[in-house]
Amino acid sequence: MIVRIPTPLRSYTAGAAEVGAAGATVAEVVADLDRQFPGFRFRMVDEHGQLRQHVRVWVNQELVRDRSLSVAVTDADEITIMQALSGG
Amino acid sequence: MSSASFDRLPDVHTRYVDIETAEPLGGPSLLVATRKGLWRIDADPAREQWCAAGPSFLGHVAHHAVLDPRDRRTLLLAAKTGHLGPTVFRSADLGRTWTEASKPPAFTSPDPLGLGRSVRSVFWLSPGHADEPGTWYAGASPQGLFRTADGGDTWEPVSGWNDHKMWETWAEWPDTEGTPDGSLLHSVNVDPRDPDHLYIGLSGGGVFESTDGGNDWQPLNAGCRADFFPDPYPEFGHDPHTVRLHPLQPDRLYQQNHCGIYRIDRPANEWVRIGDNMPREIGDIGFPIELHPRDPDTIWVFPMDGTDVWPRTSPGGRPAAYVSRDAGESWIRCDGGLPERAWFTVKRQAMTTDTHDPVGVYFGTTSGEVWASRDEGATWACIAAHLPEIYAVECAYPPAG
Repeated sequence: MIVRIPTPLRSYTAGAAEVGAAGATVAEVVADLDRQFPGFRFRMVDEHGQLRQHVRVWVNQELVRDRSLSVAVTDADEITIMQALSGG
Repeated sequence: MSSASFDRLPDVHTRYVDIETAEPLGGPSLLVATRKGLWRIDADPAREQWCAAGPSFLGHVAHHAVLDPRDRRTLLLAAKTGHLGPTVFRSADLGRTWTEASKPPAFTSPDPLGLGRSVRSVFWLSPGHADEPGTWYAGASPQGLFRTADGGDTWEPVSGWNDHKMWETWAEWPDTEGTPDGSLLHSVNVDPRDPDHLYIGLSGGGVFESTDGGNDWQPLNAGCRADFFPDPYPEFGHDPHTVRLHPLQPDRLYQQNHCGIYRIDRPANEWVRIGDNMPREIGDIGFPIELHPRDPDTIWVFPMDGTDVWPRTSPGGRPAAYVSRDAGESWIRCDGGLPERAWFTVKRQAMTTDTHDPVGVYFGTTSGEVWASRDEGATWACIAAHLPEIYAVECAYPPAG
């Protein structure tokens, strides 16, 4: 499936704004991204597998509210990772 | 005369260049970590010509950058961004190119204490013992301690501290967010006679000592005040801002605390408040305390206003360092060349010394200026300005390019 990458994480994807990844849940997709782009996961997910405070993930147009990212996905879904606007 | 501005001082010239092309100039280099990235400021041997190279990691929150004094080659940077998690970057070419730690500092998961702790910031870096090349310690927020044995590539929790049965009592938990990053573990000091003998500082929490390589710990705070408790002399809970062990006299430690300046000479277990010898109108509150590389009796501090609502700016808005040459028995004001009025703060990692003779003393400000003294603090010159808020200034001696 397609995963959209925010600018702060593109240093890991050699500048790519969109990459392909596989997995049955968002957490598995993020693990696959870390296999492709070592170091990627720990910058957006902490040591307990929880999405970091200032990062958000959408599946298609739906905000993922489960911070353990256990939401199921299929190859037809599009995942968007964003830096959360928090304060100004 | 204390009102000279930096552009009027003689013999100091600063160029600004890209990090990719900057070569060390044969003198000390300053590693200036800021809220918005890292700069390296190189001096010639006379410390008259300065070259500011950077930024590296523009926009990243750079908490601390340290060059390994053992190999003079490995440079570590503790950093994060506003959105992304904390990590450690490594450079073997003085900051031209970097690689990220393949296993950054992180608490054990699942959390053995059941607290769900995760590292929010890697705040402090200390090279390990000279006989253990590649070993470093990192202090974090929340107050975790981490260790690497491979030059910063893979980090392991020091579980003897992080998961100690007293951790939740000794450390600040739940942790707080503050200036610049809340509850902190800092000031990792390794006894040059014994790699298993460690001291750490917790803001807040106090000073702690381990004699078995970090497996077990004891508070070391007797004699030190904690004015923010009903009992101002508790066993722990203090707020050491910086703790320094003198490598030439490893039984001597100094600390600049939230509640005064102290010295201890082990095996004594009680700190002595040498800040009582500071002028009353200045007081003895501040963040950094810095050592003379060859004289354990000489220390520098940068006092701040700890009255009223704690502005943390220089008392009276008149910036000055103070030096003691008798282990804190007396203090001399050092303000030659500093602004007559200024309201910046000098944070705990933002002051340092070099190893020249006479010793160079340096500090960075929250207003983004770096000040240098070539004469042990007597006179100062601004060697860089308009940088982001400065968190840390460390001196390094890289091989000349």
